[in-house]
Amino acid sequence: MDLILLAEQILNGLQFGIMLFLMAAGLTLIFGVMGLINLAHGSLYMIGAFCAAAVAGWTGSFTLGLIAALAGAAAAGALIELVVIRRLYDKDHLDQVLATFALILIASEGTRWVFGSFPLFLDIPEALSGPVMLPGGIQYPLYRLALIGAGLGVAAGLFLLIARTRIGIQIRAGENDREMIAALGVDIDRLYTFVFALGAALAGLAGALVGAIQSVQVGMGEPVLILAFVVIVIGGIGSIKGALVGALLVGLTDTLGKIALPGLFGLFLDPAQATQVGSALASMAIYVLMAMVLIWRPTGLYGVRA
Amino acid sequence: MSRESVINWIVLAGLVAVPLWAHLSDEPFTITLATRAVILALAAVGLNIALGIGGLVSLGHAAFFGIGGYTMGILAHHAQTYTPVMEWPLLIEGTKSMPVIWGLSILFSALAAFLIGLLSLRTSGVYFIMITLAFGQMFYYFAISWAEYGGEDGLSIYVRNGFPGVNTLVPIQFYGLCLVALLIVLGFNAALARAPFGLALGAARQVPARVRAVGLDPYRLQLLAFTLSGAITGLAGALFADLNRFVSPTMFSWQLSGELIVFIIIGGVARLFGPVIGAVLFVVLEHWLGGLSDYWHIYLGLMLLGIVLFGRGGVIGMVAGRERSHD
Amino acid sequence: MTLIKTLMAGTAMAMALAGAAAAEVKVGMITTLSGGGAGLGIDVRDGFMLAVEMSGRDDLEVVIEDDQRKPDIAVQLADKMVQSEKVDVLTGIIWSNLAMAVVPSVTAQGKFYLSPNAGPSALAGRGCHENYFNVAWQNDSLHEGGGAYANEAGYTNSFILAPNYPAGQDALTGYKRTYEGDLAGEIYTKLGQTDYAAEIAQIRASGADSVYFFLPGGMGISFLKQYADSGVDIPVIGPAFSFDQGILQAVGDAALGVRNTSQWSKDLDNAANVAFVAAFQEKYDRLPSLYASQGYDTANLLISAMEMADVSDPDAFRAALKAANFDSTRGEFTFGPNNHPIHTIYVREVIKEGDVLTNKIVGPALVAHSDVYSVDCKM
Repeated sequence: MDLILLAEQILNGLQFGIMLFLMAAGLTLIFGVMGLINLAHGSLYMIGAFCAAAVAGWTGSFTLGLIAALAGAAAAGALIELVVIRRLYDKDHLDQVLATFALILIASEGTRWVFGSFPLFLDIPEALSGPVMLPGGIQYPLYRLALIGAGLGVAAGLFLLIARTRIGIQIRAGENDREMIAALGVDIDRLYTFVFALGAALAGLAGALVGAIQSVQVGMGEPVLILAFVVIVIGGIGSIKGALVGALLVGLTDTLGKIALPGLFGLFLDPAQATQVGSALASMAIYVLMAMVLIWRPTGLYGVRA
Repeated sequence: MSRESVINWIVLAGLVAVPLWAHLSDEPFTITLATRAVILALAAVGLNIALGIGGLVSLGHAAFFGIGGYTMGILAHHAQTYTPVMEWPLLIEGTKSMPVIWGLSILFSALAAFLIGLLSLRTSGVYFIMITLAFGQMFYYFAISWAEYGGEDGLSIYVRNGFPGVNTLVPIQFYGLCLVALLIVLGFNAALARAPFGLALGAARQVPARVRAVGLDPYRLQLLAFTLSGAITGLAGALFADLNRFVSPTMFSWQLSGELIVFIIIGGVARLFGPVIGAVLFVVLEHWLGGLSDYWHIYLGLMLLGIVLFGRGGVIGMVAGRERSHD
Repeated sequence: MTLIKTLMAGTAMAMALAGAAAAEVKVGMITTLSGGGAGLGIDVRDGFMLAVEMSGRDDLEVVIEDDQRKPDIAVQLADKMVQSEKVDVLTGIIWSNLAMAVVPSVTAQGKFYLSPNAGPSALAGRGCHENYFNVAWQNDSLHEGGGAYANEAGYTNSFILAPNYPAGQDALTGYKRTYEGDLAGEIYTKLGQTDYAAEIAQIRASGADSVYFFLPGGMGISFLKQYADSGVDIPVIGPAFSFDQGILQAVGDAALGVRNTSQWSKDLDNAANVAFVAAFQEKYDRLPSLYASQGYDTANLLISAMEMADVSDPDAFRAALKAANFDSTRGEFTFGPNNHPIHTIYVREVIKEGDVLTNKIVGPALVAHSDVYSVDCKM
């Protein structure tokens, strides 16, 4: 494997990781502040992609589609927080798992009922289509570069929001001591709805951005959801920094494992068998990574609370 | 007699009477549905040892269900094609004998549960939920790529395996076998919950420090519980494979792990008959709602939400009151 | 209690007028109507029911159930169809893994099974059965067409990829069976994978002159969109599944001009197909897909057998099915010795008709094609 190919694959791993971060950031925030396991986070990703596809198809504008994805997912997030999630904060993890599992069923079949059973179309905008030449002679799709840029931008914004703003202080305080900030006069209900809608909007944004290069279909959220859980568990639940590191680790492990393992087995097996065994192991690689991290550090890389 | 035990007796009577009635009125499909419910109940009863008594929320129990299923599938596949499972270092032949298959299913799933537990129990809470999910996914992807045994297509077994003295091809007789297995395990569970081990395990969930203070190791207690739990779910997997005469990687899917948890919560956590009631209700709902609408998942979802939000303690909790709540 | 669509084209009065009630044939259709892959099942069902309706027969009853794409549910439904609905014929399954779970046991119980979509190699070779008829294709067929087309187009260095599961392995084996050139690379991807950046980078670096891929459903949509955006301009060939009417609009212009192989196309010029395409659009207000044509053919095969024999005489009914005495939407259609189709595999090209993406026939890739597994079939 030559260096250019390797560099391109590392970019691919980064881009995959950054998109996972958008999903994982919301999950980890929601867990950190409210102590809630939200299995329905993948459904918000799907809702974002469907909103973007519907609006972009209708108006012809990708930007409007992105805005619709943010707004639609945030609205859906706020709605389910007010109606359902709010009643789950003081229940145990088991009830949360079951209730949000139920929300997945409702969201998936509801989306199918509204949009039908066939995948929807969402294309990347004209201005970002096609490849560009990077220094070193790497030809790389502009849209994927834009994804990396957008993802890093959102990550920076999120860190600023949490480190520098009033609402960020409330969020951090909420992670440490819920009763205390309520006693200090912060409207805890509104804070929770805001955090949930923020997480939902991030998931919806990821769904729309990724939907443009994948297929917008019912059930698209579940594989990503599981990956996002792997990410936050590796990073340490509740830690945004952990989510970023975990996302990049998972993205790179998955992408590089996929190309390295079949090659490795090719050294001592015949090609057809090597690709099969290698890709079988590659699809298990991130779960092996997660198990190893947890055995080494049972609360993840940056986790504090168990 | 407490209200809970009245419910238990009613359920037990139903499990005997309904299939018998179906048998006499020549409704074999009702028996098939009942068999499915009993086997899924068995799997959930296994999970309930870890989850109900031990407080270990495992989202990866499908791994043991699948291992049990594949143990049956691989042995029966080799028996039906007359090829040995392995020739080296020692010759192992396939088999179609249920007792042998059950024993091996229990053995292999217990072994897997022991190893997974050994690693996973170092974590707790949400981390435990997620690491068990990760192990489940590992098995799922492994089974999909395992071309030798059908990969995603799975393995078909043309004739149900045999049990001495029983004609397993007759639906009611196979049902009887499954019901007996369920009852034995339920009896075992009831004894376990009252035995010193069960009490210590419950204490390890609530106040680990005190358990340590009396010289017991919570980690060991939980590991033993997890192993037992996996072994029982593995047995259910072997039975499920025999019911369908088919195994496939979907037996390892995380949705199945989720459904097992759903059964327990519908019925009532840490109740002896909770998983049984949950599994029966789920199979009935699946069958009945599936016939009403193409979009039946919506109604199922709404119903589950209702149970979590308003029906604390599941069905048994609602009917019998909260004499033994799970928290 | 169940989703039963009892089609009684004639009313009770018409039955009375007709005098003797004809012997009923009861069909159990197990197909995917909810969840991710529902689009394919809905098309098969709609195509099948259209043919039933057009025949105007009052002695054909169809019971439809949703398998949710889960093998254990499919097995349970098959038990129900056989044990309590007492059907004579089963059909409808979309996925090979579900077919493998259901077909051997129902044919062993003496029922007929007509496959409208899946054709796993095990059921075409050693596991074939006299009561199992495949009206779609053996799984390898379209890929063998792809290999033949690659030779014809002069490609000598193909890069091939498919998901790592049995149908994917069969697909690449099928392609290699007819393709005569070298391989620039061979990749097995993860089932359900949605990001193909790593694979596309390998294709770019491989120096291939053509790419053959089998990635059904959402996987194919993702691959094509990302491939079109990558700037790699090596021509792509694929089987019809990734270019079918149901998903083509979701792929968008990325699919334009791609050559794909299929046993059917909506512009095939034969009377049966013209009638089918018009009637399907009339009734459902959308263009028919490959799957709809297969459902329609399956129903017409069944109806043709009903005209020649009574289902209560299995030997006669089997012979009537085997004769395949119906007008297929794909033109010439006969059964080989293993009850799988002998038919022509065409090359199609994705074009735009107004705003709608669709396919047009380029020419045949393999004429009167049958599968290689029939030599292993002993029945």
